Amino acid sequence: MSQAVVAKLKGAYAASVLEVKEYRDEVTVTVKKEDIVAICQFLKDEAGYNFLCDLCGVDYLGQEPRFEVVYNLYNITTKERLRVKVPVTEEEASVDTVSTVWSTANWPERECWDLMGITFNNHPDLRRILMPADWEGHPLRKDYPLQGPDRELYQGRIS
Amino acid sequence: MAKKETMTINMGPQHPSTHGVLQLVLELDGETVVSAVPHIGFLHRGVEKLAENRSYHRALPLTDRLDYLAPMSNNLGYVLAVEKLLGITDQIPERAKVVRVMMSELTRIKSHLVWLATHALDIGAMTVFLYCFREREDIMDMYEKLSGARMTSYYFRVGGLSLDLPDGFEDDVLKFIDGMPAHIDTYEGLLTGNKIWQKRTIGVAEISAEDAIDIGLTGPALRSSGVDWDLRRDNPYSGYEDYDFEVITREGCDTFDRYKARLDEMRESCKIIRQALDKLQPGPILADVPSVCLPAKQDVSNSIEGLIHQFKIISEGFKPEPGEVYQGIEAPKGELGYYIVSDGSANPFRMKIRPPSFVNLQALPQMIEGKLLADVIAAIGTLDIVLGEIDR
Amino acid sequence: MPEMLSLSNDPILFVSVMLAKILAVFIVVILIVAYATYAERKIIGRMQTRLGPTMTGPLGLLQPIADGLKLFFKEDIIPAQSSKLAFVLAPMMILVPAFITVAVIPFGGDIVVGGYTVSLQITDLNVGILYILAMAGLGVYGIVLAGWASNNKYSLLGGVRSAAQMVSYELAAGLSIIAVFMLSETLSLRGIIDAQAGSVLDWYVFSQPLAFGLFVITSLAEINRTPFDLPEAETELVSGFCTEYSSMKYALFFMAEYANMIVVSALTSTLFLGGPAGPFAGPINLLLKIFAFMFVFIWIRATFPRVRYDQLMFMGWKVFLPLALLNIVITGAVVVFL
Repeated sequence: MSQAVVAKLKGAYAASVLEVKEYRDEVTVTVKKEDIVAICQFLKDEAGYNFLCDLCGVDYLGQEPRFEVVYNLYNITTKERLRVKVPVTEEEASVDTVSTVWSTANWPERECWDLMGITFNNHPDLRRILMPADWEGHPLRKDYPLQGPDRELYQGRIS
Repeated sequence: MAKKETMTINMGPQHPSTHGVLQLVLELDGETVVSAVPHIGFLHRGVEKLAENRSYHRALPLTDRLDYLAPMSNNLGYVLAVEKLLGITDQIPERAKVVRVMMSELTRIKSHLVWLATHALDIGAMTVFLYCFREREDIMDMYEKLSGARMTSYYFRVGGLSLDLPDGFEDDVLKFIDGMPAHIDTYEGLLTGNKIWQKRTIGVAEISAEDAIDIGLTGPALRSSGVDWDLRRDNPYSGYEDYDFEVITREGCDTFDRYKARLDEMRESCKIIRQALDKLQPGPILADVPSVCLPAKQDVSNSIEGLIHQFKIISEGFKPEPGEVYQGIEAPKGELGYYIVSDGSANPFRMKIRPPSFVNLQALPQMIEGKLLADVIAAIGTLDIVLGEIDR
Repeated sequence: MPEMLSLSNDPILFVSVMLAKILAVFIVVILIVAYATYAERKIIGRMQTRLGPTMTGPLGLLQPIADGLKLFFKEDIIPAQSSKLAFVLAPMMILVPAFITVAVIPFGGDIVVGGYTVSLQITDLNVGILYILAMAGLGVYGIVLAGWASNNKYSLLGGVRSAAQMVSYELAAGLSIIAVFMLSETLSLRGIIDAQAGSVLDWYVFSQPLAFGLFVITSLAEINRTPFDLPEAETELVSGFCTEYSSMKYALFFMAEYANMIVVSALTSTLFLGGPAGPFAGPINLLLKIFAFMFVFIWIRATFPRVRYDQLMFMGWKVFLPLALLNIVITGAVVVFL
């Protein structure tokens, strides 16, 4: 079923779809970040993915592009899952917000900005959510120290 | 005409009824709420970043501390996600699956008991609080017998369970679920027919089905708005497809419906636990995957291969293939999701937790704007949030 | 029957007897207030499957003394931005009216002291009920003052809520007992208990059941007890109007709440249950009835949730007030035509 959706997506937005992968029965579609809002709207209206389970950023330090924003979608009627990924470069760390498509994206996007540093254009209220309002830096990035900005590394064993 | 001035009230992080460290900045016009802005992050411990620096086995205790009122559910979600990543989901032994279901449902009852206790206490019915906690003590005694800890149990492992059930455990569980429906009837007797309770909950904190799906509400709150969706039935895991239970859906969309829905869910959980007890057969509790699962204790003490095996797994961990998975389970509060990315090393490259309370809390301003101050408390209670999982 | 003792026949004996009566009543009320806190904790504890105080003294009986000592020794904090005079006056403005209302409650019949008759009542004002309602009104003033003088939004909200609640329910309470006066034809409390003095069936609770029910419920709202305890709703407003108070002033607020409970129980017993009438000696009967009512109030607190503010106002103005008026009309009709 997800394959049918992917085929439809490729038909409508062939230029944007960069990669389709299937791993452990889950379909992941990587698309270009410019068309993400249109693609999400298409998936919600045409394919019935009316529920956005999760929105997060992943930091692949050392790879180009550095970040990926991952959207985990769910179709309540057919109980199917789909994952949409958007590569984001470090120099232009911004994506359009999808909170116009699903209002549930509001807080997860704030969290992504807070912890990863990826801005969301046209977000209604982009400010830090988990860290204090005057914090500097984005803690979940791979180059941010685990122990915090002004401390020595923990001397014991972590892993 | 003088401009109406609103009063800004801060229901600060420390407040008897915000269920943890939640800050709500309310603008009040008299008693009516004009705007409500939740501020979170006071309990942020950096669980996701910590998990990136620990091996898969060692990241498991971090998940206990997310929704600390339902620890085994969090464990279950993580363990299922890692098993999916490794591809060993169909090698989990039957006994482990049945015990996982049994403990998940006991955890559901435990979480709902705390919800009912604190919700009733907020609205003023003090006695229900103590009755619910009395039942919860029984469940925590069972947790302690099973895993050694009352709250942060750390009982499930990647591949199965850590310890087998102790002697007499099944009798304890049976005794508990035999007595539970009578206790639920007591709570209903004190609250459901009580006119004051009905007045405080009927018509309060409503949210329609479309708004609920749009804002991302899950769990009993969504099902009380009429949307029939339960991950245990729709995307079953850990053998849930073999159990016979009803998914409680109600049409009213208000606090009273969520209250009734959770009470009925407790009754359904008792049914599921009874079926699990019937299905329980002796057998292995860990999958037979040597690279992932720890060997039996007698092998560790008595043979050098067992010792080396144990040592390798504990010190190095296991290395799944590069890939990513998303596993959602039906936690007591909603859909708890784990998105795990692996890059082939022994630590998870990225572990993203999708907490149900985080997304449910987004719905709060919608539910209370335009309503009275006393309804704010009822609304926070009915959403059933726990700050440990919101802030991670 | 020897003469009634008064200032004219034996002033020295009169004054000393009066002082003795005041002292006795004051001590009894303070003791009941102190042990009401103990009783509440024990009774609510037992209803909630737990024990209540057990460690301080045998069965925890020294708990009120321990609480009193603790509150006495706590640091007395007055917020810098508050209006200091009003802040200090407010607890007294709540406590004093509660205590002096007991001055008109008849505790028993007449006894003979030194050749003169003395009544077991500090004073029998011929407008006893009016005096009691006036003192209840003064109590409202104290709560509003406490809420406003604390210079704290939570306290203000609590004080304002409480003032509105008490004023609305005072009206309903006052109206509901007018029917009693129509039957007894006097406002003095001694007159009312004399009118019920015949047998148990003469008690006004049988001829005025609606007024009895209304009075009990509206008095619960008057004294800010559950289910009408929104002003001090701990889970919503932290502590409502007494958030900023500490040490002895806080103790005074709670003494006032229990003193009010005692006054309401005493008043209900006097108006509807014949006061000191009963099988035992006068004061003991009244005390037993007071304890019974207090037990019921504590039981209600353990059982019911809290009513929301707008529902409270709705009930006060649109349900209880019309019912009280209806009661007056029906009683009037019965009195005139039967």
